[in-house]
Amino acid sequence: MPKLDKVTTEPKVDLGKFNFEQDEIPAMANLKGLSKEDKAQLLMAGIDASEAKRSGTYLHINHSKAHCRSCQKDVEIMDTREALDKYDGLPEYYWQAVDKDKDEFTRAAASKIHGGYFIRTKKGAKIKDPVQSCLFIKGENIGQNVHNIVVVEEDSELHIITGCTTAANISSAMHLGISEIYIKKGGKLTFTMVHNWGEEVMVRPRTVAIVEEDGVYSSNYILLKKVRSVQSYPAVYLNGRGAVARFNSILVAPRGSHINSGNKIVLNAPETKGEIISRTITTGGTIIAPGIIEGNAVPAKGHLECKGLILSDGVIHAIPELKGTVAGVELSHEAAVGKIAQEEIEYLMARGLDEEQATSTIVRGFMNVDIMGLPDELRKSIEKTIEETEADMF
Amino acid sequence: MLKIQDLHVNVGDNEVLKGINLEIEQGETFILFGPNGSGKTSLLMTLMGFSGYEVTQGSISFKGEDITSKPTYERAKLGIGMSFQRPPTIHGLKTRDMVKLCAGDSGVDVEELARKVNLTNFLDRDINSGFSGGEIKRSEILQLMAQNPSLVLFDEPESGVDLENMALIGKTARAILDGPQEPDNSASLKQLQSQYKTSGLIITHTGYILDYINADRGQVLYNGVLCCTARPRDILDHISKYGYKECVRCLN
Repeated sequence: MPKLDKVTTEPKVDLGKFNFEQDEIPAMANLKGLSKEDKAQLLMAGIDASEAKRSGTYLHINHSKAHCRSCQKDVEIMDTREALDKYDGLPEYYWQAVDKDKDEFTRAAASKIHGGYFIRTKKGAKIKDPVQSCLFIKGENIGQNVHNIVVVEEDSELHIITGCTTAANISSAMHLGISEIYIKKGGKLTFTMVHNWGEEVMVRPRTVAIVEEDGVYSSNYILLKKVRSVQSYPAVYLNGRGAVARFNSILVAPRGSHINSGNKIVLNAPETKGEIISRTITTGGTIIAPGIIEGNAVPAKGHLECKGLILSDGVIHAIPELKGTVAGVELSHEAAVGKIAQEEIEYLMARGLDEEQATSTIVRGFMNVDIMGLPDELRKSIEKTIEETEADMF
Repeated sequence: MLKIQDLHVNVGDNEVLKGINLEIEQGETFILFGPNGSGKTSLLMTLMGFSGYEVTQGSISFKGEDITSKPTYERAKLGIGMSFQRPPTIHGLKTRDMVKLCAGDSGVDVEELARKVNLTNFLDRDINSGFSGGEIKRSEILQLMAQNPSLVLFDEPESGVDLENMALIGKTARAILDGPQEPDNSASLKQLQSQYKTSGLIITHTGYILDYINADRGQVLYNGVLCCTARPRDILDHISKYGYKECVRCLN
């Protein structure tokens, strides 16, 4: 059968098609005022409207901040525009990690900023509950530009959950997101991003993190639902001795999705370590998964693991790259694209599972999020979404 | 319990089993000997119904039902359980959850079972991921305990196992086959035996497992053909002394 709708070339974004000019949304005192449908969309992106067990919330709707609250004196959360005013344009941070002239999307984001979040911890503060942020699009063909800045001060710890989503009835929209992340000496950031977009949404985030001595950056990225096109290539520079970076991603591409999502880790200092683990599944869509670890100092270690399952049809293009520029770096990779091993299915069948149960057990294991260290209720919500997604897979 | 009649099996174009006839009664433990490549594992794989083992002639019946062309999971549900020699790792599937899957609808106390084979520390690890030879055996036995089959297929219980673990594996295998070994006064020996009626088909090279289990009967599989029926101990002694040469003579 001819595969007419198989997308292999990356869809082009026509920025002119999207509306980047719109009135600002009036701010809300809390998230209780959101409709039931909106709350459900947020929940699937990891955002809890009750704000229970959260150290703070930042909600951005379309082109402006809608709600922003910190429940913790040790973590500052505000609209990036306010932060720019308050801190004289944030000269140390604003457009310091991401290159403003990188491409048409960074230029578009630089020309008109719609806000975004500025989150900064206090030195030494260990923020136990995550800060949640949500970039929400309500309205057809809305174009959203956000610029996020995260500063994890020395010896502090923070978990940020960012949910990006569209209202249930929206199919087409455009999201541009600049994220600049600075982790100071001994700081630790877990950054979990859950995408739950409408089916025709185009997504072009640009993210760079800079980590100083003994800092730790753990990034989790989960994308389970259909999206027209994602092109994302977050990079992290480990510039201080002993810094560590990890990227974990779980990507599912249903028919019609085009996902180009990779990671880059640059080991610029001795005793740095980097790890990239990606698990990808296609059920008819296209996934391009580039990954590069570059070692420029010794001793330094990097490992890249990229596993892809083509369940029915679709394309997975894994591109693992290693670059060492000095003697003594230790870089390795492991990549596999294929189907579920018959041996694993038969092992489970010998325990009494029929073929379908065996297959779904293996797929669920493949998409296991335990490694991400997520808060319980987020993990459950993701597992639920995985189960629902799975129902459409076979 | 298990009745194999004139079983011929091909793997690709090669005939690996050439007319096997074998019956195992309820509660009976049968030991299968044979040199490498003689078809022992192929027989177990065929009994479990795995792909790649094509039955070209003959039949297998279990509990009176013809299972020759039944899918693997139906055989498992009927009560055939297998301990794998080299089971695959399944990422993201915890040993704990695997044991629960084995138990099916009958709930089991996973912790309690794991304690018996000294595997409680492994319950939260991915099944078989980085397990040593002995750990794999114990994990397979743990799964069998949860599955509670009426026929156990055990492929080389002693391979890759150190002596200390051998005792644990041997005792637990015996418990699966015979029921608990502690002398029990609450019922007559006859009654106790009738409660535990698990049959066993065990492949062994070294015979270490015979120190722990009560094996009833044994046979040698040589080049796809069964020969030399005797008490397992006698077969083992014979093989240790003369190797499998005798089988060739016996077959000719």
